[in-house]
Amino acid sequence: MSARNLLDLAWVIPALPALGAVVLLLVGKRIGEPKAGWLATALMALSFVASVVAFFALRSLPPDARSNVSQGFTWIQAGTFRVNFRFLVDPLSSTMTLFVTGVGTLIHLYAVGYMHGDERFSRFFAYMNLFAASMLVLVLGSSFLLTFMGWEGVGLCSYLLISFWFERNSAAVAGKKAFITNRVGDFGFMLAMFLIFQKVGTLDYSALGALPKLPQSAVTAIALLLFLGAMGKSAQLPLHIWLPDAMEGPTPVSALIHAATMVTAGVFLLVRAHVFFDLSNHAGTVVAWVGAITALYAATVALAQNDIKRVLAYSTISQLGYMFLAVGVGAYSAAIFHMITHAFFKALLFLGAGSVIHGMHDEQDMRRMGGLRKYMPITAGTFIVGWLAIAGIFPFAGFWSKDEILAKAWVSHSYALWAVGAAGALITAFYMTRQVWLVFYGPERWRDDAGLVQGSGDAHEGDEVNVGGAHGGSAPHESPWTMYLPLVALALLSVAGGFIDLPFTNQKLNVLDRWLELPEPTTVSHFSTGLVLSTVALVLGVVGILVGVAVYRNGLRRDGTDPGVERLGGFAGVLQNAYYLDAGLARFVSGPVTAFARFLSDGVDRAGIDGAVNGIAAGARAGGGTLRRVQTGLVRNYALGIALGTVLLLLYVATRVSF
Amino acid sequence: MSPLLGEVIPVTSKLGYPLLTFLVFLPAMGAVVAMFVPARRPELTRAVGYVTSVATFGMALFLLTQFDTNPLKPGFQLFEDHSWIGALGVRWTLGVDGISLFMVALSALLFPVALLASANISKPKSFTIWMLLLESAMIGVFLALDAMVFFIFFEFVLVPMYFLIAGWGHDNRRYAAMKFFLFTMAGSAFLFAGILSVAFMRQHSTHVLTFDVRALTDWAAAHIHGGTAKVLFVAFAVGFAVKVPLFPFHTWLPDAHTDAPTAGSVVLAGVMLKIGAYGFLRFAIPFFPQAAVDLAPLLLVLAVVGITYGAIVAAMQPNLKRIIAYSSVAHLGFVVLGVFALTNQGISGGLFTMLSHGLTTGALFLLVGMLYDRRHTYELSEFRGIWKVAPVFGGLFVAATFASIGLPGFSGFVGEFLSLLGAFLTSRWYVVVASTGVILAAVYLLWAVQRAFTGEPDDANRATPDIGAREIVTVLPLLGLSLFLGFYPKPVLDRLQPSVEALIHHVELNSDYKAPTVPPAPVAAPEQGTGK
Repeated sequence: MSARNLLDLAWVIPALPALGAVVLLLVGKRIGEPKAGWLATALMALSFVASVVAFFALRSLPPDARSNVSQGFTWIQAGTFRVNFRFLVDPLSSTMTLFVTGVGTLIHLYAVGYMHGDERFSRFFAYMNLFAASMLVLVLGSSFLLTFMGWEGVGLCSYLLISFWFERNSAAVAGKKAFITNRVGDFGFMLAMFLIFQKVGTLDYSALGALPKLPQSAVTAIALLLFLGAMGKSAQLPLHIWLPDAMEGPTPVSALIHAATMVTAGVFLLVRAHVFFDLSNHAGTVVAWVGAITALYAATVALAQNDIKRVLAYSTISQLGYMFLAVGVGAYSAAIFHMITHAFFKALLFLGAGSVIHGMHDEQDMRRMGGLRKYMPITAGTFIVGWLAIAGIFPFAGFWSKDEILAKAWVSHSYALWAVGAAGALITAFYMTRQVWLVFYGPERWRDDAGLVQGSGDAHEGDEVNVGGAHGGSAPHESPWTMYLPLVALALLSVAGGFIDLPFTNQKLNVLDRWLELPEPTTVSHFSTGLVLSTVALVLGVVGILVGVAVYRNGLRRDGTDPGVERLGGFAGVLQNAYYLDAGLARFVSGPVTAFARFLSDGVDRAGIDGAVNGIAAGARAGGGTLRRVQTGLVRNYALGIALGTVLLLLYVATRVSF
Repeated sequence: MSPLLGEVIPVTSKLGYPLLTFLVFLPAMGAVVAMFVPARRPELTRAVGYVTSVATFGMALFLLTQFDTNPLKPGFQLFEDHSWIGALGVRWTLGVDGISLFMVALSALLFPVALLASANISKPKSFTIWMLLLESAMIGVFLALDAMVFFIFFEFVLVPMYFLIAGWGHDNRRYAAMKFFLFTMAGSAFLFAGILSVAFMRQHSTHVLTFDVRALTDWAAAHIHGGTAKVLFVAFAVGFAVKVPLFPFHTWLPDAHTDAPTAGSVVLAGVMLKIGAYGFLRFAIPFFPQAAVDLAPLLLVLAVVGITYGAIVAAMQPNLKRIIAYSSVAHLGFVVLGVFALTNQGISGGLFTMLSHGLTTGALFLLVGMLYDRRHTYELSEFRGIWKVAPVFGGLFVAATFASIGLPGFSGFVGEFLSLLGAFLTSRWYVVVASTGVILAAVYLLWAVQRAFTGEPDDANRATPDIGAREIVTVLPLLGLSLFLGFYPKPVLDRLQPSVEALIHHVELNSDYKAPTVPPAPVAAPEQGTGK
């Protein structure tokens, strides 16, 4: 079987989890726990194997021929518009499938333990498999429209999984919010597709290599509309509001969707369509700045969060900002590199947080944690690896990828972007240190509620912490093997993941760069510049950690206040409420927007239009009452009427004839 | 001969019997049979209803197999033509093309479903009779190629529908039925005046009175110009706009829907609204191409208003059935947007949305009806946590919701996407506004789901039974078909194409309009995939 024949079978990769979803939706209840979980996990693992096979098949081809569109059927055709249901395997999509299925398998395995005892156990795995299948259609689609199909499928699963525990109103609201916010992005994505079809004549990715000459305005419009789509999925300002609330879903969902895969879809889309950004004069600048500001914004917000998952949620938003910064300066492979390493260490951190929550009997407030490393050593050890990786400490994965982004920003002379990114890196190291110390070091604040001031500074509305969680009796415990095995695997990847793309071009150690073959910022970078920049980045990470340790070495203050957040004074409230963006938007929607909608519904529709209709009807009835008097029943009156009418008609005909 | 009408293929001779006439009258014959069934044998009446409507559906499926998909034959097929009322030039002329084919099939599908959903209805005998008469009229509307026969069916549809709403509706049924009746009658008056004017103007010039749609199209497109054409176009447009319904002629719809029985709502939303859109494509645009082109901005504005305004008003309704009723205003806005884009993708998308909306909204109305059977209310505030107590029902409702939102993978997406894409080519800024509809649809439907289906069920809802086998049988075909057409719309789109192309060509020939072209798809460097 030749490599191309194998690649034509790429549909197997999404089909496996799709099959799992169908089976589990139909007969999941009969399969039951834990078999449903194992089935889903096994299908994900097989999908990973298929992705590996596809990867090696692709690699066996000569570098300039590494692209294969499989056979398929016509999906939509009307006139000259035609979209096929075909899958594209090239270095970019192959890389994506590897980490989506790889990380996905680990998260499925973890969920077998985490979801133990849930009454909708098999339904959960049906959604998870459907999610993975959608994500794989998204990355393997051979056209914008097929990617969009996966894109929307991912949105659907996100809705279903965030509001998985829909009995909780906050979960139901969060799921809806995620879908609707994403739809705002989809609006941009759809308009981009319309414009691409109008200007290019097809939505196939194969056309991107041979674009006709397009006016600058069209190119920039397409690029920015695609970016609007990406902002929704990848939670960039101001469409980030759904992601922190998405933590309402079960923790494996947070790890799978809101760290490792779904949120990377936006970055993927822009890299896939990078030619529009290459051609546009200004779109890249917009993307880079939105990314940089988002990175800094979310990092500062993470400083003041007390929910263990919310810190990670904002950290995800922040890290995604780095990826867009990279895309914006044209460093596409750096964006993909960071996407991969981030998938490793953020999945690790989220699953670690889930393990902590599990071990702490559903406690999510870090102020009621502390000293947990003694009780859950594996979770603690692996979490610490994730912390060092995200803080950018040599030689962990995050060091290499974040460094590459900052270096690319520098060499493309975007010094301001570099500075914002560097500041974000410093803050990242600090808030992650705060998290590690509050959770795993310091006094064991969960033993008594003395060390806690109820709700101090925790003013966030949607923040559903289990006040006075029921963990007084039993001590925290380590999680079962299905949960810590994925942690260990992800920890190893977080250590070694950076080695797939080392910045030593002469030695050809930039494996990922050379594999992806994406365009790079044109400026040549000197090795010495790179070394200096790397050192600066490393120093920033170390400083952030040292300051963090210095502030939080004893955990919270004796009175329960946060020594770091306290120092921010009045600004602490701003950060805790994420600059009031979400609350402000909610107020805007529940205030003027609702008022306007109510005006349309009650004022215009009911009173105005329908009122007019009923008014006409009433008028007709009154008129009918009047006219009724004409019907006197006297034949001579009728005869008079008929005669008059005849005369009038004759007069009319006479005048017509005279013309 | 105009490309729109094509060469008449005398398939009747091939088949040897008038299939279309059978299709029109089979349900009516069932109604006649049902009249002779004693009222004390409801199960027999029901059996007559099921057998007749299923047989009609079978015949519609046979029609689909007989339909020639040859793209070079855009005209009417299975043509039948007989003299009827000779003195008035009215002929019994039937025929089917890509524009009417799937409306006939959809009607034939929805009637058995609606009858099955009404298994427990009171007074089953008269209910079945009215339903079967309605089906005949509905199929007749789409197959009639004589404007007068069309109009007779168009009007006759109102009668059974009036009695269905007034006889089996909810609290406010008399008001709703009367409002529905008067509204559409008012629209029909304009339509009737329009049809007569065209026929008489043609008679004046050719001395032959005929209502043959093909003859009228040929003559009107070539001879009626300027202000006259615009006035007559508006007369037709008002008649059809009420049916669609287009803003601001839509206020009868929520009342009619809310108070109609489930079967009435399914048929009303599923096929009846489409008569309006069909009328634009069969009469208003082909008769007056130039006027249609000139006045398209007006209709596009109304369509865009329908999409956005309908969605916003839907979001504010406290009543689940009213939300879905207003969602129809929004969905039909996508249809009109696509149709008046006058591009291949736009019209194809509009026609596809007409079919798809019948499936998804039909399913939603069936499900809402089941909810009413259980809880005897449509008020959202009365529902809570239904998903937990009735998981299969909840799952199906959520599936129907996403089908209606137009999630890719469901038929709604194909239709809406093509409508918007096609409209973008000629009317970019309308589409920018209309595309906000994809956000708004998610807002009003998911909000409704959140309020009715999520949360912890309260005492009133705790005992809500899950969906039953008969009920599943009514909903699954609609959702299944929507899913199938979402992944594989080709069988439908291929059959639409010749008629759509012919219509656009007809407009181009008879007006100053030129359909936009897009650049040919660039071919990537060397073909790499083995797939191509």
